[in-house]
Amino acid sequence: MSLLAVENLAFAYPGGANVVNGVTATAERREVIAIAGPNGAGKSTLLDLIAGQKQPGGGVCRVQGRDTHTMERAELCRLVAHVPQSIPVDIPFTVEEVVLTGRIPYGRGLYENSDDYAAMELAITRARLEPFRTRRFSTLSGGEKQRVLVAAALCQQAPILLLDEPGAHLDPKNEAQLWELLGSLRDDGQLVLVVTHHLALAAQNADRVWLLEQGRLVADGPPCDAMRPADLERVFHVPFHWHQNTEGRVFLTYGR
Amino acid sequence: MAADLRQRAQRVLFLSLLAAVVTAVVCPFVGGSGMDYGNLLRREAPDWNIFVNLRVPRTLLALLTGAALSVAGALFQALLRDALATPSSLGVSSAASLGAVTAIAFYPGDAAGFPVVWVAALAGAAVVIAFVAALGQLRRFTSFTLLLTGIAVNGICMSLVLLFHNLAGITKSFQITHWLLGGVDAVEYPVLAILALVILPVCIWLLRLSRVLNVISFGDAWATGRGVDTRRITWQGFAAGAILVGSTTAITGPIAFVGLIVPHLLRRVVGPDYRVLMPAAIFGGGAFLVICDTISRSVLAPMEIPVGVTTALLGGPFFVWLLWSR
Repeated sequence: MSLLAVENLAFAYPGGANVVNGVTATAERREVIAIAGPNGAGKSTLLDLIAGQKQPGGGVCRVQGRDTHTMERAELCRLVAHVPQSIPVDIPFTVEEVVLTGRIPYGRGLYENSDDYAAMELAITRARLEPFRTRRFSTLSGGEKQRVLVAAALCQQAPILLLDEPGAHLDPKNEAQLWELLGSLRDDGQLVLVVTHHLALAAQNADRVWLLEQGRLVADGPPCDAMRPADLERVFHVPFHWHQNTEGRVFLTYGR
Repeated sequence: MAADLRQRAQRVLFLSLLAAVVTAVVCPFVGGSGMDYGNLLRREAPDWNIFVNLRVPRTLLALLTGAALSVAGALFQALLRDALATPSSLGVSSAASLGAVTAIAFYPGDAAGFPVVWVAALAGAAVVIAFVAALGQLRRFTSFTLLLTGIAVNGICMSLVLLFHNLAGITKSFQITHWLLGGVDAVEYPVLAILALVILPVCIWLLRLSRVLNVISFGDAWATGRGVDTRRITWQGFAAGAILVGSTTAITGPIAFVGLIVPHLLRRVVGPDYRVLMPAAIFGGGAFLVICDTISRSVLAPMEIPVGVTTALLGGPFFVWLLWSR
């Protein structure tokens, strides 16, 4: 039984064509899977369907063998932590308070308990948020906000982590640190699905790539298999090239 | 830190409760018409009767109404994630007014009693709340669009109120005018008891919901991803708001700005966490309306200013300031 299995998953907005169209795939613990594809390929929608944010028009999504739509929301959120593409930027709470929202699925008591605070400390440490843990979220830069949201998802302590373009506001140093963090989560046994447009970083850091085109999963495998230049050029309409340096490391570049 | 928040919430709860108790105890003794405190201590007429049958029930009504309107304002601001969301700006107060005015104008006989006006005001508030919630959830209206819809609902409801006002006979027209001015007139103790039995459980439920309201204020996507059934909570929250606003408006008439002023002032003092803000809004809102009512019946004594006028005169400038500083 796979940790995550999507079977023939489909979704369409009212009166529109399918945004996600018959996606079937499985994923296991200890994997970082990059979800790539051009704008409008259905990447974020696929993540929303897995997170239970949207009701699928067809197919089923299973976590640990159970259909996610038969699960209570809190129960699902103890298994799947989702960081959406954007949230309001003017949240008046502190970093610690935002991170603690990750503990909501574990209890509806009025106040957090000692387990909640222990999980928060761990998440703040892993996301390197100590220097600004007491600052207001609304005063942080875009990249810092993104790290706080990732920390809140870590605080949720779910085996599946879904991140929608977490590197969108990050500078190269922070983005490299983010991928390091994802790698360490993988080593700890988590499954990480990350939507990204940074194919070069995905090629270097992900264990697998799901390549989407017009809502369909057109490639699923290790980066060198799923991101063949001919496939990428067909999907993105730009030429791609793999390179190898003298140390044997491979790189993906694009453009003429 | 856990202890910090809990202690802060308890401290704010204690201080706001103390403010409510102090105003509720002191304000009945304050008034434009001089009271013979000797008579009052001896429980002799007319001062004892004025105190027990007029001032105390009036103070208790102001306490309950202020609490209900204030906490409803805080609730709507959380659910819609907009600082300007209040029972008035969403059209809920005017819809409750329309329900009540319809009952007063068209109820056969001399005057519609408390239960009829109460049910009609609740029904008016519930219809508009259901409409606003449906637009928000089915049509995915943003809070800004919902507030614009509220302005339209306000316009429609107040036009119908004016129409019914004109259609009503002279006696009922006077009743409607008096009711529309908004005031906390003395009511019988059984009515107060019913109002308390309706409002207090809703307030307790909202206090228990306050941690979830925190995460709802982050947006639907974030709250849903933290295990909150935002659709259910939103519907329940709107229903609670309709009960709070409808049941108080039926008795007092429309009282503007309490749901705006009190949560915002308190938010600046106690912070944005609803676990601290909600109890402060309940007791602070009650204390605020008791003070406004005392001002209303004191400054131009023996004349009385309707408390709705006092809250509007205080709230109007505050509203402009809020827009200015946003």
